[in-house]
Amino acid sequence: MSGTRPDPTPADDEVRMEVHDPDPAGADAARVAADRAIADQALIDDVPDEAVVEPRPVRQRDPDEPALLDVRGLKTHFHTRSGVVQAVDGVDLSVQRGEVLGVVGESGCGKSVTALSIMGLVPYPGKVEAGTVTFDDQDLTGLSNRQMSRLRGDRLSMIFQQPGSALNPVHRAGRQIEEVYELHRDYDDEEQTRRAADMLRQVGIPDPERRARAYPHELSGGMAQRVMIAMALACQPDLLIADEPTTALDVTIQAQILDLMRDLVAESGTAVVLITHDLGVVAEMADRVAVMYAGQVVEEADVITLFEDPKHPYTRGLIGSMPVLGDRREALETIPGVVPNLVDPPVGCRFADRCHARVEHDLSICTEQDPELLPVVETDGDAHVVRCFLHHDAEGRPRAVEGGSTPADVVTAPAELAPGEGP
Amino acid sequence: MIAYAVKRILTAIPVLFGVVVVVFLLPRVVLGDPCRAVLGPRATEASCEQFAAANGLDDPIWEQFTRFVGDVLTFDLGESIKFSRPVTEVLLDRLPLTIELALSALLLAIVVGVPLGIAAARWHNSPVDIGTMAFANVGVSMPIFWLGLMLSYLFAVVLGDTFLALPPTGRFSPGLTPEPFYEVWGWTVSDSGFWSGLLEFLSKFAVFNAVISAQWAGAWDAIRHLILPTIALATIPMAIIARMTRSSLLDVLGRDYVRTAAAKGARDARVVRRHALRNALLPVVTIIGLQLGLLLGGAVLTETVFVLPGIGTALFDAITTRDYPIVQGFTLVIASTYVVVNLVVDLSYGYLDPRVRLQ
Repeated sequence: MSGTRPDPTPADDEVRMEVHDPDPAGADAARVAADRAIADQALIDDVPDEAVVEPRPVRQRDPDEPALLDVRGLKTHFHTRSGVVQAVDGVDLSVQRGEVLGVVGESGCGKSVTALSIMGLVPYPGKVEAGTVTFDDQDLTGLSNRQMSRLRGDRLSMIFQQPGSALNPVHRAGRQIEEVYELHRDYDDEEQTRRAADMLRQVGIPDPERRARAYPHELSGGMAQRVMIAMALACQPDLLIADEPTTALDVTIQAQILDLMRDLVAESGTAVVLITHDLGVVAEMADRVAVMYAGQVVEEADVITLFEDPKHPYTRGLIGSMPVLGDRREALETIPGVVPNLVDPPVGCRFADRCHARVEHDLSICTEQDPELLPVVETDGDAHVVRCFLHHDAEGRPRAVEGGSTPADVVTAPAELAPGEGP
Repeated sequence: MIAYAVKRILTAIPVLFGVVVVVFLLPRVVLGDPCRAVLGPRATEASCEQFAAANGLDDPIWEQFTRFVGDVLTFDLGESIKFSRPVTEVLLDRLPLTIELALSALLLAIVVGVPLGIAAARWHNSPVDIGTMAFANVGVSMPIFWLGLMLSYLFAVVLGDTFLALPPTGRFSPGLTPEPFYEVWGWTVSDSGFWSGLLEFLSKFAVFNAVISAQWAGAWDAIRHLILPTIALATIPMAIIARMTRSSLLDVLGRDYVRTAAAKGARDARVVRRHALRNALLPVVTIIGLQLGLLLGGAVLTETVFVLPGIGTALFDAITTRDYPIVQGFTLVIASTYVVVNLVVDLSYGYLDPRVRLQ
């Protein structure tokens, strides 16, 4: 159990790939793996894409089922002295009951702010400026703080990145779980205590009655995150938002926590929005994946499609910078450049500055017009959407892509863009 | 917790010892020749020698010191030169008023300062915040003697004919001095002894005395006399406490666990009360402990301005007349009080923050 381990330190970069800061050894591994992939490609034309995602049941979306959470056109801006930071600028997301949606992207791309906007917890000076957050047919953006309080912790809950600092240092662990019942259920004190201990047992904490009396500083990081999970799941919420739940943990503890979360949400049917910058976590946990960049969703697909057939150059960059998923044809050591300034975002595609594909294809529309999030195949519905002019023309029509849609085709074969179609 | 308390109490002992050493050395360094201080500048050599022999001033310094420590431990602080009474007696006579004044000022400062700070932090950058901070900035830079005079002028002169009028000086109005409660209760008290001393001491807490013996007119009069000095003395600590509460709470409100509490479904008021406040109060409690030093120092000024017979005025007189046993004795008591209060502050940490108990 994690309790017997020393406190995990946040510095476990050796093993976890940071998208924006990969260690050189990992990048080498990625390059080697990519070279091998290209060699394989030369021998056999259709390399099966297995080993990208380990076989595990991936929940397929039922197109007829209404979404539990549906975020449309969400804009959350921060009014600072140096200008209005458009941290979230038109995000669309949807989650069905029981689904695990991974949200990935670099630091500062608006993942956490999106989560806080859904919860109605955007800190000052931030403000949800536009858009709707429909949760179970109710628009959360229109609710008063009091009405939101009733939902928070009961039907939607959230866990945070730093378990150590997310627990109140002056209250006992058990007490902090009991408070959720105190706020949302009519249990008496004994019932609260009993259920809190129950939750601690469920999250795999040994001797829960004793641990319930511990203060947060007496718990290891993994143990504290288990307490957080117990707190978040205490009322069996419909939706759990997990903001980098394992980033601050030891790598071995990370796996335990992820397994635990997966088991618990599968059991209770809780839908999850899992925010992370770690594609490994997404591959392991998510049913669907939304890739965010500079305050916008740039691509969304089910997890298998996203890893096998990523469309957006940024998504490919992310996947290419993952050494463990080295079976890719286009391996980027890093994505050059940084996330654009969100006070005054550039016109057109926000990724244009850093985009190899744009240069290779000599696309000028990217810096002239804002791309929209549209289906890759017109008949596809919302199954796989991307925000990129490589895949849509100025009017938003999908560009005809011949011979399948492997990433290499699009990037290395500019000829596929028929002259007439270019802007 | 008990181990922590015992440890903390034990560490207070060397500090108190240090206080005794300083108080012992202070008059010997500052006051110069004690003989001339006591007998006057024109005392003869012979009478000075006699004085020194009588007071043991010729003995080696170590002997003098051990004798002093022994005296302190038996609460014998020597005899006042001016009053020709034991210092302890003068002290017990005057301490109740100063305690009343300091406690009511501390209470006022906390009761007003902490909520002001909370309101300012909760409605950060709002008019409440701006107004509170403006008040705090003015309050903290307000000299006590000036504020005291202005308050006296306002309430005794400008509003002197209205129902808001308050007495500018003294402890009681003529004819309203309350009887000691034990006499009201008809207890017969012998002239000396510990219990009679204690009763007499308790009866000098004017408001307490008047209230428990149901002398309502006297109680109201005593309270009215305490209002202006209390405001004058409380203003600076109130401003400091308000500022400290605000900045500490603002800091805590940005912490992750506050966000967790909100994510659990706790409403703003509950988040502040249950999750933020206890964490935010730690530095405030420290400040409150430190304020007591300010209050005791400020009491000297306040009592002088409002002509109140507390230890402040006695100390002031003693310094001007070089009544060094009084200076020594009072300094010892004030310093010890300060040490004890900060001990209580440290113990309250252990209650407020479980992390402290382990260290």
